[in-house]
Amino acid sequence: MNEILAGLLQAGRLIVTFDADLIEISLRSLQVTLTAVAIASAIGLPLGCWLAVRRFRFRRFVIATLNALMGLPPVVVGLIVYLMLSRAGPFGVFGLLFTPTAMIIAQVIILTPLIASIAHQAIRELWAEYHDLLISMNTTRLQRIGTLLWDGRRALLTASLAGFGRGIGEVGAIMIVGGNIDNATRVLTTAISLETGKGNFSLALALGFVLIGLAVLVNLLIHTLSRTEVSGRW
Amino acid sequence: MVTSILPLTVNDAVVRRRGKTLLGPVTTTVSDTGLSIVMGPNGAGKTTLLRLLHGMERVSSGGSLQWQIPEEDARALQAFVFQSPIMMRRTALDNVAYPLTTHGVSKKDARVRAAEWLERVGLADSAQKQATVLSGGERQKLALARALIRKPEILFLDEPCANLDGRATREFESLLKQAHDDGTRVVMSTHDIGQARRLAEDVWFIHHGQILEQTPAAEFFAAPKSSEARAFINGDIVE
Repeated sequence: MNEILAGLLQAGRLIVTFDADLIEISLRSLQVTLTAVAIASAIGLPLGCWLAVRRFRFRRFVIATLNALMGLPPVVVGLIVYLMLSRAGPFGVFGLLFTPTAMIIAQVIILTPLIASIAHQAIRELWAEYHDLLISMNTTRLQRIGTLLWDGRRALLTASLAGFGRGIGEVGAIMIVGGNIDNATRVLTTAISLETGKGNFSLALALGFVLIGLAVLVNLLIHTLSRTEVSGRW
Repeated sequence: MVTSILPLTVNDAVVRRRGKTLLGPVTTTVSDTGLSIVMGPNGAGKTTLLRLLHGMERVSSGGSLQWQIPEEDARALQAFVFQSPIMMRRTALDNVAYPLTTHGVSKKDARVRAAEWLERVGLADSAQKQATVLSGGERQKLALARALIRKPEILFLDEPCANLDGRATREFESLLKQAHDDGTRVVMSTHDIGQARRLAEDVWFIHHGQILEQTPAAEFFAAPKSSEARAFINGDIVE
Protein backbone atom coordinates (compact mmCIF):
# COMPACT_ATOMS: atom_id res chain seq x y z
CA MET A 1 0.00 0.00 0.00
CA ASN A 2 2.88 2.35 0.86
CA GLU A 3 4.41 1.75 -2.52
CA ILE A 4 1.26 2.79 -4.32
CA LEU A 5 1.09 5.98 -2.31
CA ALA A 6 4.75 6.67 -2.91
CA GLY A 7 4.21 5.99 -6.60
CA LEU A 8 1.35 8.47 -6.74
CA LEU A 9 3.45 11.11 -4.98
CA GLN A 10 6.36 10.53 -7.26
CA ALA A 11 4.11 10.69 -10.33
CA GLY A 12 2.88 14.05 -9.08
CA ARG A 13 6.41 15.24 -8.51
CA LEU A 14 7.58 14.13 -11.96
CA ILE A 15 4.70 15.88 -13.66
CA VAL A 16 4.90 19.09 -11.65
CA THR A 17 8.66 19.44 -12.21
CA PHE A 18 8.31 18.71 -15.94
CA ASP A 19 10.85 15.93 -15.61
CA ALA A 20 12.77 15.91 -18.90
CA ASP A 21 13.08 12.13 -19.14
CA LEU A 22 9.40 11.64 -18.38
CA ILE A 23 8.36 14.11 -21.04
CA GLU A 24 10.66 12.54 -23.58
CA ILE A 25 9.45 8.97 -23.09
CA SER A 26 5.82 10.06 -22.86
CA LEU A 27 6.07 11.94 -26.13
CA ARG A 28 7.78 8.97 -27.74
CA SER A 29 5.00 6.69 -26.50
CA LEU A 30 2.45 9.02 -28.05
CA GLN A 31 4.41 9.46 -31.25
CA VAL A 32 4.84 5.72 -31.82
CA THR A 33 1.29 4.73 -30.93
CA LEU A 34 -0.49 7.63 -32.63
CA THR A 35 1.46 7.08 -35.84
CA ALA A 36 0.74 3.36 -35.69
CA VAL A 37 -2.96 4.01 -35.04
CA ALA A 38 -3.12 6.46 -37.94
CA ILE A 39 -1.53 3.99 -40.35
CA ALA A 40 -3.52 1.02 -39.03
CA SER A 41 -6.75 3.05 -39.32
CA ALA A 42 -5.92 4.11 -42.85
CA ILE A 43 -5.65 0.42 -43.74
CA GLY A 44 -8.12 -1.15 -41.31
CA LEU A 45 -11.14 1.13 -41.63
CA PRO A 46 -11.51 0.87 -45.43
CA LEU A 47 -10.67 -2.83 -45.24
CA GLY A 48 -13.39 -3.49 -42.66
CA CYS A 49 -15.83 -1.49 -44.75
CA TRP A 50 -14.88 -3.25 -47.95
CA LEU A 51 -15.42 -6.62 -46.27
CA ALA A 52 -18.90 -5.54 -45.22
CA VAL A 53 -19.91 -4.36 -48.70
CA ARG A 54 -18.21 -6.87 -50.94
CA ARG A 55 -19.44 -10.42 -51.43
CA PHE A 56 -16.77 -12.87 -52.54
CA ARG A 57 -16.00 -16.49 -52.16
CA PHE A 58 -13.66 -16.56 -49.19
CA ARG A 59 -15.30 -13.66 -47.37
CA ARG A 60 -16.28 -15.65 -44.29
CA PHE A 61 -12.85 -17.15 -44.10
CA VAL A 62 -11.16 -13.76 -44.36
CA ILE A 63 -13.40 -12.30 -41.65
CA ALA A 64 -12.82 -15.27 -39.36
CA THR A 65 -9.08 -14.92 -39.88
CA LEU A 66 -9.25 -11.22 -39.16
CA ASN A 67 -11.14 -11.86 -35.93
CA ALA A 68 -8.60 -14.47 -34.93
CA LEU A 69 -5.74 -12.07 -35.66
CA MET A 70 -7.19 -9.66 -33.10
CA GLY A 71 -5.64 -11.95 -30.53
CA LEU A 72 -2.24 -11.89 -32.21
CA PRO A 73 0.39 -12.24 -29.45
CA PRO A 74 2.53 -9.06 -29.52
CA VAL A 75 5.66 -10.93 -28.50
CA VAL A 76 5.42 -13.15 -31.54
CA VAL A 77 4.78 -10.18 -33.81
CA GLY A 78 7.81 -8.51 -32.26
CA LEU A 79 9.92 -11.56 -32.87
CA ILE A 80 8.89 -11.83 -36.51
CA VAL A 81 9.42 -8.12 -37.17
CA TYR A 82 12.79 -8.44 -35.40
CA LEU A 83 13.83 -11.26 -37.73
CA MET A 84 12.64 -9.31 -40.77
CA LEU A 85 14.52 -6.17 -39.81
CA SER A 86 17.67 -7.69 -38.35
CA ARG A 87 20.89 -7.39 -40.34
CA ALA A 88 20.50 -10.90 -41.72
CA GLY A 89 16.79 -10.47 -42.48
CA PRO A 90 15.20 -9.45 -45.80
CA PHE A 91 14.79 -5.80 -44.75
CA GLY A 92 18.09 -5.59 -42.87
CA VAL A 93 19.61 -3.13 -45.33
CA PHE A 94 17.27 -0.37 -44.14
CA GLY A 95 18.85 -0.45 -40.68
CA LEU A 96 15.49 -0.04 -38.97
CA LEU A 97 15.92 -2.38 -36.04
CA PHE A 98 15.97 -0.61 -32.65
CA THR A 99 14.42 2.56 -34.06
CA PRO A 100 10.97 4.07 -33.40
CA THR A 101 10.10 3.17 -37.00
CA ALA A 102 10.53 -0.53 -36.19
CA MET A 103 8.23 -0.08 -33.19
CA ILE A 104 5.63 1.58 -35.40
CA ILE A 105 5.83 -1.27 -37.92
CA ALA A 106 5.26 -3.85 -35.19
CA GLN A 107 2.32 -1.91 -33.75
CA VAL A 108 0.71 -1.45 -37.16
CA ILE A 109 0.76 -5.24 -37.58
CA ILE A 110 -0.84 -5.72 -34.16
CA LEU A 111 -3.44 -2.96 -34.50
CA THR A 112 -4.65 -3.34 -38.09
CA PRO A 113 -6.63 -6.59 -37.58
CA LEU A 114 -8.19 -5.19 -34.42
CA ILE A 115 -9.27 -1.95 -36.05
CA ALA A 116 -10.45 -3.68 -39.24
CA SER A 117 -12.46 -6.20 -37.28
CA ILE A 118 -14.26 -3.67 -35.09
CA ALA A 119 -14.83 -1.46 -38.14
CA HIS A 120 -16.32 -4.40 -39.99
CA GLN A 121 -18.79 -5.12 -37.19
CA ALA A 122 -19.92 -1.50 -37.06
CA ILE A 123 -20.15 -1.01 -40.80
CA ARG A 124 -22.00 -4.27 -41.32
CA GLU A 125 -24.94 -2.96 -39.34
CA LEU A 126 -24.92 0.38 -41.12
CA TRP A 127 -24.72 -1.38 -44.48
CA ALA A 128 -27.75 -3.53 -43.62
CA GLU A 129 -29.61 -0.28 -42.99
CA TYR A 130 -28.37 1.56 -46.09
CA HIS A 131 -28.20 -1.39 -48.50
CA ASP A 132 -31.46 -0.91 -50.41
CA LEU A 133 -31.15 2.86 -50.58
CA LEU A 134 -27.60 2.90 -51.92
CA ILE A 135 -28.36 0.13 -54.42
CA SER A 136 -31.49 1.95 -55.53
CA MET A 137 -29.56 5.18 -56.02
CA ASN A 138 -27.21 3.48 -58.43
CA THR A 139 -24.08 4.33 -56.47
CA THR A 140 -20.70 2.87 -57.34
CA ARG A 141 -18.95 0.54 -54.89
CA LEU A 142 -16.41 3.23 -54.08
CA GLN A 143 -19.18 5.73 -53.31
CA ARG A 144 -20.86 3.18 -51.05
CA ILE A 145 -17.66 2.63 -49.10
CA GLY A 146 -17.07 6.38 -48.85
CA THR A 147 -20.63 6.97 -47.64
CA LEU A 148 -20.45 4.20 -45.05
CA LEU A 149 -17.11 5.42 -43.73
CA TRP A 150 -18.42 8.95 -43.40
CA ASP A 151 -21.82 8.14 -41.90
CA GLY A 152 -20.29 5.51 -39.63
CA ARG A 153 -17.48 7.74 -38.49
CA ARG A 154 -18.44 7.72 -34.84
CA ALA A 155 -18.48 3.95 -34.64
CA LEU A 156 -15.20 3.92 -36.52
CA LEU A 157 -13.74 6.32 -34.01
CA THR A 158 -14.37 3.65 -31.40
CA ALA A 159 -12.43 1.20 -33.54
CA SER A 160 -9.46 3.56 -33.74
CA LEU A 161 -9.61 4.31 -30.02
CA ALA A 162 -9.64 0.61 -29.23
CA GLY A 163 -6.52 0.39 -31.37
CA PHE A 164 -4.97 3.26 -29.46
CA GLY A 165 -5.80 1.55 -26.17
CA ARG A 166 -4.10 -1.63 -27.23
CA GLY A 167 -1.11 0.18 -28.72
CA ILE A 168 -0.30 2.58 -25.89
CA GLY A 169 -0.21 -0.18 -23.30
CA GLU A 170 1.64 -2.67 -25.45
CA VAL A 171 5.10 -3.75 -24.27
CA GLY A 172 6.08 -7.14 -25.71
CA ALA A 173 6.60 -6.22 -29.37
CA ILE A 174 8.14 -2.79 -28.93
CA MET A 175 10.51 -4.15 -26.32
CA ILE A 176 11.85 -6.68 -28.78
CA VAL A 177 12.10 -4.50 -31.89
CA GLY A 178 12.86 -1.23 -30.08
CA GLY A 179 15.27 -2.58 -27.52
CA ASN A 180 14.31 -0.05 -24.80
CA ILE A 181 17.33 2.12 -25.56
CA ASP A 182 17.59 5.24 -23.43
CA ASN A 183 17.02 8.43 -25.43
CA ALA A 184 16.22 6.45 -28.55
CA THR A 185 13.47 3.87 -28.20
CA ARG A 186 12.46 3.96 -24.54
CA VAL A 187 8.73 4.48 -24.06
CA LEU A 188 6.50 4.46 -20.99
CA THR A 189 5.69 0.75 -21.02
CA THR A 190 9.25 -0.41 -21.58
CA ALA A 191 10.48 2.00 -18.91
CA ILE A 192 7.96 0.59 -16.42
CA SER A 193 9.14 -2.89 -17.24
CA LEU A 194 12.76 -1.85 -16.72
CA GLU A 195 12.16 -0.03 -13.41
CA THR A 196 10.13 -2.95 -12.08
CA GLY A 197 12.99 -5.26 -12.95
CA LYS A 198 15.36 -3.00 -11.03
CA GLY A 199 13.07 -3.10 -8.03
CA ASN A 200 12.39 0.61 -8.36
CA PHE A 201 8.68 0.20 -7.70
CA SER A 202 7.72 3.77 -6.89
CA LEU A 203 9.20 5.11 -10.15
CA ALA A 204 7.61 2.24 -12.09
CA LEU A 205 4.26 3.02 -10.53
CA ALA A 206 4.68 6.71 -11.16
CA LEU A 207 5.25 5.99 -14.84
CA GLY A 208 2.24 3.67 -14.75
CA PHE A 209 -0.02 6.42 -13.46
CA VAL A 210 1.30 8.77 -16.12
CA LEU A 211 0.53 6.12 -18.74
CA ILE A 212 -3.04 5.68 -17.51
CA GLY A 213 -3.50 9.44 -17.34
CA LEU A 214 -2.21 9.80 -20.88
CA ALA A 215 -4.57 7.15 -22.25
CA VAL A 216 -7.57 8.74 -20.53
CA LEU A 217 -6.54 12.20 -21.67
CA VAL A 218 -6.21 11.24 -25.33
CA ASN A 219 -9.60 9.51 -25.28
CA LEU A 220 -11.30 12.49 -23.65
CA LEU A 221 -9.60 14.86 -26.05
CA ILE A 222 -10.74 12.96 -29.12
CA HIS A 223 -14.27 12.64 -27.80
CA THR A 224 -14.40 16.35 -27.10
CA LEU A 225 -13.00 17.28 -30.48
CA SER A 226 -15.36 14.98 -32.36
CA ARG A 227 -18.27 16.02 -30.13
CA THR A 228 -19.61 12.52 -29.60
CA GLU A 229 -22.40 12.29 -27.06
CA VAL A 230 -23.19 15.94 -27.63
CA SER A 231 -25.46 16.11 -30.65
CA GLY A 232 -27.71 13.42 -32.00
CA ARG A 233 -28.10 9.90 -30.76
CA TRP A 234 -25.17 8.36 -32.49
CA MET B 1 -38.49 14.35 -73.80
CA VAL B 2 -35.84 13.36 -76.27
CA THR B 3 -35.17 9.78 -75.32
CA SER B 4 -37.39 8.18 -72.76
CA ILE B 5 -36.60 5.02 -70.88
CA LEU B 6 -40.26 4.04 -71.13
CA PRO B 7 -42.25 2.10 -72.10
CA LEU B 8 -40.78 -0.84 -70.27
CA THR B 9 -41.52 -4.32 -71.56
CA VAL B 10 -41.48 -7.22 -69.13
CA ASN B 11 -41.30 -10.71 -70.59
CA ASP B 12 -41.91 -13.86 -68.55
CA ALA B 13 -40.05 -12.43 -65.57
CA VAL B 14 -39.88 -14.76 -62.58
CA VAL B 15 -38.38 -13.98 -59.18
CA ARG B 16 -37.31 -16.98 -57.15
CA ARG B 17 -35.64 -17.07 -53.80
CA ARG B 18 -34.38 -20.28 -52.24
CA GLY B 19 -36.33 -22.36 -54.70
CA LYS B 20 -39.60 -20.58 -53.90
CA THR B 21 -41.31 -18.58 -56.61
CA LEU B 22 -42.16 -15.16 -55.21
CA LEU B 23 -43.44 -13.59 -58.38
CA GLY B 24 -44.39 -14.45 -61.90
CA PRO B 25 -44.14 -15.29 -64.59
CA VAL B 26 -45.03 -11.68 -65.31
CA THR B 27 -45.51 -10.33 -68.81
CA THR B 28 -46.58 -6.73 -69.09
CA THR B 29 -45.79 -3.29 -70.39
CA VAL B 30 -45.29 -0.15 -68.33
CA SER B 31 -46.49 2.75 -70.46
CA ASP B 32 -44.68 6.08 -70.48
CA THR B 33 -47.31 8.11 -68.64
CA GLY B 34 -49.77 7.56 -65.85
CA LEU B 35 -50.12 6.83 -62.18
CA SER B 36 -50.52 3.15 -61.52
CA ILE B 37 -51.51 1.65 -58.22
CA VAL B 38 -50.46 -1.88 -57.39
CA MET B 39 -52.93 -3.64 -55.10
CA GLY B 40 -53.25 -7.05 -53.61
CA PRO B 41 -53.22 -8.89 -50.30
CA ASN B 42 -50.12 -9.15 -48.14
CA GLY B 43 -47.52 -11.46 -49.61
CA ALA B 44 -49.08 -11.25 -53.07
CA GLY B 45 -45.81 -9.93 -54.49
CA LYS B 46 -46.39 -6.17 -54.64
CA THR B 47 -43.03 -5.28 -53.16
CA THR B 48 -41.24 -7.92 -55.22
CA LEU B 49 -42.86 -6.61 -58.41
CA LEU B 50 -41.74 -3.04 -57.71
CA ARG B 51 -38.24 -4.19 -56.80
CA LEU B 52 -38.12 -6.29 -59.96
CA LEU B 53 -39.09 -3.35 -62.17
CA HIS B 54 -36.54 -1.17 -60.38
CA GLY B 55 -33.81 -3.71 -61.04
CA MET B 56 -33.28 -4.67 -57.41
CA GLU B 57 -34.40 -8.26 -57.87
CA ARG B 58 -32.69 -10.59 -60.27
CA VAL B 59 -34.88 -12.04 -63.00
CA SER B 60 -34.64 -15.83 -62.95
CA SER B 61 -34.23 -17.96 -66.05
CA GLY B 62 -35.57 -16.86 -69.39
CA GLY B 63 -37.37 -13.68 -68.43
CA SER B 64 -36.31 -10.17 -69.27
CA LEU B 65 -36.85 -6.49 -68.60
CA GLN B 66 -36.54 -4.33 -71.69
CA TRP B 67 -36.16 -0.57 -71.29
CA GLN B 68 -35.95 1.72 -74.31
CA ILE B 69 -32.32 2.44 -73.53
CA PRO B 70 -29.61 0.13 -72.13
CA GLU B 71 -30.43 -1.00 -68.61
CA GLU B 72 -27.30 0.56 -67.11
CA ASP B 73 -28.47 4.00 -68.24
CA ALA B 74 -32.08 3.34 -67.37
CA ARG B 75 -31.12 2.56 -63.76
CA ALA B 76 -29.98 6.13 -63.27
CA LEU B 77 -33.35 7.56 -64.32
CA GLN B 78 -35.46 5.77 -61.73
CA ALA B 79 -36.11 6.29 -58.06
CA PHE B 80 -37.64 4.23 -55.29
CA VAL B 81 -39.39 5.21 -52.06
CA PHE B 82 -39.39 2.46 -49.46
CA GLN B 83 -42.14 1.51 -47.05
CA SER B 84 -40.04 2.58 -44.09
CA PRO B 85 -37.89 5.46 -45.27
CA ILE B 86 -34.15 4.93 -44.91
CA MET B 87 -32.68 7.98 -43.25
CA MET B 88 -28.98 8.51 -43.69
CA ARG B 89 -27.12 9.70 -40.61
CA ARG B 90 -26.80 13.22 -41.92
CA THR B 91 -28.78 16.43 -41.86
CA ALA B 92 -32.07 16.52 -43.75
CA LEU B 93 -30.45 18.83 -46.29
CA ASP B 94 -27.54 16.47 -46.94
CA ASN B 95 -29.93 13.52 -47.24
CA VAL B 96 -31.73 15.25 -50.10
CA ALA B 97 -28.48 16.46 -51.67
CA TYR B 98 -26.91 13.00 -51.55
CA PRO B 99 -28.20 11.60 -54.89
CA LEU B 100 -26.88 14.70 -56.65
CA THR B 101 -23.42 14.54 -55.13
CA THR B 102 -23.05 10.89 -56.08
CA HIS B 103 -23.87 11.82 -59.66
CA GLY B 104 -21.33 14.52 -60.25
CA VAL B 105 -22.97 17.67 -58.88
CA SER B 106 -20.76 19.79 -56.63
CA LYS B 107 -21.63 19.81 -52.93
CA LYS B 108 -22.50 23.49 -53.02
CA ASP B 109 -24.88 23.29 -55.97
CA ALA B 110 -26.41 20.12 -54.59
CA ARG B 111 -27.19 21.84 -51.29
CA VAL B 112 -28.81 24.78 -53.08
CA ARG B 113 -31.08 22.45 -55.03
CA ALA B 114 -31.75 20.31 -51.97
CA ALA B 115 -32.84 23.41 -50.07
CA GLU B 116 -35.33 24.20 -52.86
CA TRP B 117 -36.73 20.70 -52.61
CA LEU B 118 -37.03 20.86 -48.84
CA GLU B 119 -38.96 24.08 -49.34
CA ARG B 120 -41.29 22.34 -51.79
CA VAL B 121 -42.07 19.49 -49.43
CA GLY B 122 -42.47 21.85 -46.49
CA LEU B 123 -39.37 20.82 -44.56
CA ALA B 124 -37.34 23.99 -44.98
CA ASP B 125 -37.28 24.54 -41.21
CA SER B 126 -35.79 21.11 -40.62
CA ALA B 127 -32.94 21.44 -43.11
CA GLN B 128 -30.19 21.40 -40.50
CA LYS B 129 -31.80 18.77 -38.26
CA GLN B 130 -30.42 15.26 -38.26
CA ALA B 131 -32.69 13.21 -40.51
CA THR B 132 -32.90 10.49 -37.87
CA VAL B 133 -34.82 12.73 -35.47
CA LEU B 134 -37.60 13.60 -37.95
CA SER B 135 -41.11 12.23 -37.48
CA GLY B 136 -42.53 9.46 -39.66
CA GLY B 137 -44.40 11.84 -41.95
CA GLU B 138 -41.42 14.15 -42.29
CA ARG B 139 -39.15 11.23 -43.06
CA GLN B 140 -41.38 10.03 -45.85
CA LYS B 141 -41.62 13.51 -47.36
CA LEU B 142 -37.84 13.76 -47.13
CA ALA B 143 -37.53 10.41 -48.88
CA LEU B 144 -39.84 11.67 -51.63
CA ALA B 145 -37.81 14.83 -52.12
CA ARG B 146 -34.64 12.73 -52.21
CA ALA B 147 -36.19 10.44 -54.80
CA LEU B 148 -37.41 13.29 -57.01
CA ILE B 149 -34.38 15.57 -56.89
CA ARG B 150 -32.71 13.90 -59.87
CA LYS B 151 -35.92 14.18 -61.89
CA PRO B 152 -36.44 10.45 -62.42
CA GLU B 153 -38.60 9.42 -65.36
CA ILE B 154 -40.24 6.75 -63.28
CA LEU B 155 -40.82 6.67 -59.54
CA PHE B 156 -41.65 3.51 -57.62
CA LEU B 157 -43.24 3.74 -54.19
CA ASP B 158 -43.75 0.74 -51.93
CA GLU B 159 -46.66 1.44 -49.56
CA PRO B 160 -45.19 4.82 -48.65
CA CYS B 161 -48.14 5.81 -46.49
CA ALA B 162 -48.49 2.56 -44.56
CA ASN B 163 -47.21 4.12 -41.34
CA LEU B 164 -48.57 7.64 -41.76
CA ASP B 165 -51.62 9.27 -40.21
CA GLY B 166 -54.34 11.00 -42.22
CA ARG B 167 -52.81 14.43 -42.41
CA ALA B 168 -49.34 13.19 -43.33
CA THR B 169 -50.90 10.92 -45.95
CA ARG B 170 -52.81 13.82 -47.48
CA GLU B 171 -49.68 15.95 -47.68
CA PHE B 172 -47.74 13.08 -49.18
CA GLU B 173 -50.43 12.41 -51.77
CA SER B 174 -50.55 16.02 -52.91
CA LEU B 175 -46.76 16.04 -53.35
CA LEU B 176 -47.02 12.84 -55.30
CA LYS B 177 -49.75 14.23 -57.55
CA GLN B 178 -47.59 17.28 -58.16
CA ALA B 179 -44.70 15.06 -59.23
CA HIS B 180 -47.02 13.16 -61.52
CA ASP B 181 -48.33 16.40 -63.04
CA ASP B 182 -44.72 17.42 -63.64
CA GLY B 183 -44.35 14.38 -65.88
CA THR B 184 -43.01 11.62 -63.65
CA ARG B 185 -44.37 8.15 -64.29
CA VAL B 186 -45.57 6.78 -60.95
CA VAL B 187 -46.02 3.17 -59.89
CA MET B 188 -47.10 2.79 -56.28
CA SER B 189 -48.30 -0.08 -54.19
CA THR B 190 -50.83 0.29 -51.41
CA HIS B 191 -53.45 -1.73 -49.64
CA ASP B 192 -55.44 1.31 -48.70
CA ILE B 193 -58.39 1.14 -51.08
CA GLY B 194 -59.35 4.75 -50.34
CA GLN B 195 -55.91 5.90 -51.37
CA ALA B 196 -56.10 3.83 -54.54
CA ARG B 197 -59.44 5.45 -55.42
CA ARG B 198 -58.00 8.92 -54.82
CA LEU B 199 -54.85 8.49 -56.87
CA ALA B 200 -55.09 5.70 -59.40
CA GLU B 201 -55.31 6.18 -63.13
CA ASP B 202 -55.01 2.46 -63.54
CA VAL B 203 -54.85 -0.43 -61.11
CA TRP B 204 -52.68 -3.54 -61.22
CA PHE B 205 -54.15 -6.27 -59.10
CA ILE B 206 -51.72 -8.93 -57.93
CA HIS B 207 -52.51 -12.23 -56.29
CA HIS B 208 -50.18 -15.16 -55.60
CA GLY B 209 -47.40 -13.54 -57.60
CA GLN B 210 -49.49 -13.07 -60.72
CA ILE B 211 -50.80 -9.84 -62.21
CA LEU B 212 -54.47 -10.74 -62.50
CA GLU B 213 -55.49 -7.50 -64.12
CA GLN B 214 -54.29 -4.11 -65.25
CA THR B 215 -57.39 -2.01 -65.66
CA PRO B 216 -58.20 1.72 -65.80
CA ALA B 217 -59.17 2.82 -62.32
CA ALA B 218 -62.79 3.74 -63.01
CA GLU B 219 -63.42 0.39 -64.61
CA PHE B 220 -61.56 -1.51 -61.88
CA PHE B 221 -63.53 -0.04 -59.01
CA ALA B 222 -66.88 -0.31 -60.87
CA ALA B 223 -66.50 -3.84 -62.16
CA PRO B 224 -63.29 -5.74 -61.52
CA LYS B 225 -62.70 -8.54 -63.96
CA SER B 226 -61.28 -11.14 -61.61
CA SER B 227 -63.27 -12.65 -58.80
CA GLU B 228 -60.34 -12.13 -56.37
CA ALA B 229 -60.26 -8.40 -57.11
CA ARG B 230 -64.01 -8.21 -56.65
CA ALA B 231 -63.74 -9.85 -53.27
CA PHE B 232 -60.78 -7.60 -52.34
CA ILE B 233 -62.72 -4.41 -53.14
CA ASN B 234 -65.75 -5.65 -51.27
CA GLY B 235 -63.57 -5.94 -48.21
CA ASP B 236 -63.61 -9.72 -48.08
CA ILE B 237 -60.44 -11.44 -46.96
CA VAL B 238 -58.61 -12.76 -49.98
CA GLU B 239 -56.14 -15.54 -49.32
